[in-house]
Formats: sequence, structure tokens, C-alpha cells
Amino acid sequence: MVLEKVVEILRNYKDEQDLEVTMDSTFEELELDSLDTVELVMEIEEAFDTSIEMDGELTTIGDVVELIEKAIA
Amino acid sequence: MDFYMLTGKTALITGGAKGIGRAIALKIAEANGNVAIIYRGSKTNAEATIAELLALGVQAKSYQCDVSDFNATKELVAQIIKDFGDLDILVNNAGITNDKLLIAMKEDDFDSVINTNLKGAFNMTKHVGAYLLKQRKGRIINISSVSGLMGNVGQCNYAAAKAGLIGLTKSAAKEMALRGVTCNAIAPGFIDTDMTKELKPEIKTEILKQIPLKRLGQADDIANLCVYLSSDLSGYITGEVIKVDGGLYI
Repeated sequence: MVLEKVVEILRNYKDEQDLEVTMDSTFEELELDSLDTVELVMEIEEAFDTSIEMDGELTTIGDVVELIEKAIA
Repeated sequence: MDFYMLTGKTALITGGAKGIGRAIALKIAEANGNVAIIYRGSKTNAEATIAELLALGVQAKSYQCDVSDFNATKELVAQIIKDFGDLDILVNNAGITNDKLLIAMKEDDFDSVINTNLKGAFNMTKHVGAYLLKQRKGRIINISSVSGLMGNVGQCNYAAAKAGLIGLTKSAAKEMALRGVTCNAIAPGFIDTDMTKELKPEIKTEILKQIPLKRLGQADDIANLCVYLSSDLSGYITGEVIKVDGGLYI
């Protein structure tokens, strides 16, 4: 559920509706730099109406999904 | 140079009701840029400045806000983007002084100056910066001071805030360069404004002795540079601190 929404946001952000994304996809593989990551997290926060503490290193999409699940639990 | 080089651009200027901020607002409007100004207490001055801006044929509006308030600035920036439909330039100019010798300086004298002059710039840069990064364009100009470069008796709070602003400028420049947003600082010397009018005559005479160009600067000296840094002409300049001080600090 969370993953699906994150993938949707990601596809819109990259403007690539066929983009393959899994929990293990890294930001690097998706060609997203540090600013993209911050921008995406801000959009995701807005979509889930929550706030995520970005103090750790976010490497994979799974890292983000995990943080959101924790935040909305 | 094209006198209308800011056509189609919108600038947000903090502390834009009077002094250097007002001069910047007017120069940007003369270059055909739209202007939003933020003021904290100078409502009458803000209204007068807006009337002058509108007379120049640009879109202009003033907003009351304390830039040191994180949440208030966040809401206000969203409102300004909504009102103007876009935002291209942020000028962090809002500043206060509360001069005292360090040993006489109270905690609140220090905090109030840091909160407005430094934290205020952080708040605005964060909120406006998020929008500029998305737009893949933009200019951020921080009005620092030579006090932040050379120190000044009675200004431990002000000099610390203005030096901090230079660190903020350089770090933001490095981060935002990835998206084509530039961030520069202007370090004015002694400029003829209300802030320097408060100086005692003997101190003013002493200051003039130290300025190679032998005069106080005018607010327009800062505003002219600000227009240049706001324009497309300055696209390859970022993380820079430019002194406009008549040679005071060489």
C-alpha cells in the first residue's frame, strides 16, 4: 500500500510511467541525486500527511517505505 | 545593458519597506521586475513603498511577517507564490541592530539580532529555496555586512549574524548549484540609512577617515548590484561575497 503510493509519486516525479521500482531499488539506480531524494521525501510527506526524520542515510526505496510505515503506524 | 532585464521575474525582499531593502525593491521594479516585500513593523513605510512600486507599472504587494518565525514564513511564502504565480528572486535583507559592548550585551540583545538577521534568512531560504529548486532556476541574495568580515566594536551580535549569513550563502550555493539556483552575498559598508543615522557625529567622522572613497555609501549602490545579481547576466556567479564599501575593508 505504502510502496504503491511511493512508486506512483516517483513515476510522476520522473515523468516515466513505466519505471520499474522495487523495495530494493536504490536512488542511485533510479538516477536520483541528494536533492531529488529530499524533494521526493517532501512530496511523500505531503501525500501521507506525515513528517519523516531524515537523519539516517536513505539508500533504497525500501528505506523510505519503512520510515513512512513507522511514521503512520 | 537591458534596462528591463527583470521583465517577467518576481522578487521577494525581506525588510523591503525602508532603507536598503526599499532601494532594492525600487531598482528591481525599475528593471521591470515584480516585487513582494515583507515588513515586520514599518506598515506606513511599506504602504508608501508599494505605492511607489505600483507607480512604476509592476505588480507589487506588501506582507507583514516576522522572518524569525519558521511556520509563519512557511505559510507566507506559499501565499506569495499563489498571489504572484511565480517567484524567481529572494533577497534576504531584513536586519536589526542592537549595539552594545560584549560585556554589556544581554542574552536577549544577542538572540534577537541572531534570530532576525540569521535565522530569518535560514527560514526564508529554506521555504523559498524548495520552490526555486523545483523550478530549476532562481537567485538568492543575502545582504550581509562588512561587520561580518572585519568585526566591529559594539556589534558582536550583528557581526556574528552577518558572518553566519556568509556561511549560509556559501553552503546554500554549493547545495543549490545542482539545480541552477545561485546564492550570493553582498557586504555593504557604511550606507546612509536610518540605521547609520543613529551613529554619533564623532563616530561618523572617524568612519569617514577609514573609507578610501571618503563618503558613506548610498542604498542605491547596493541596489544596483542586487539587480545585476538578480539578472541573467550573473548566471555564472555563485557563493560569492561582494563588498560594496568604498574600500573600507581591503
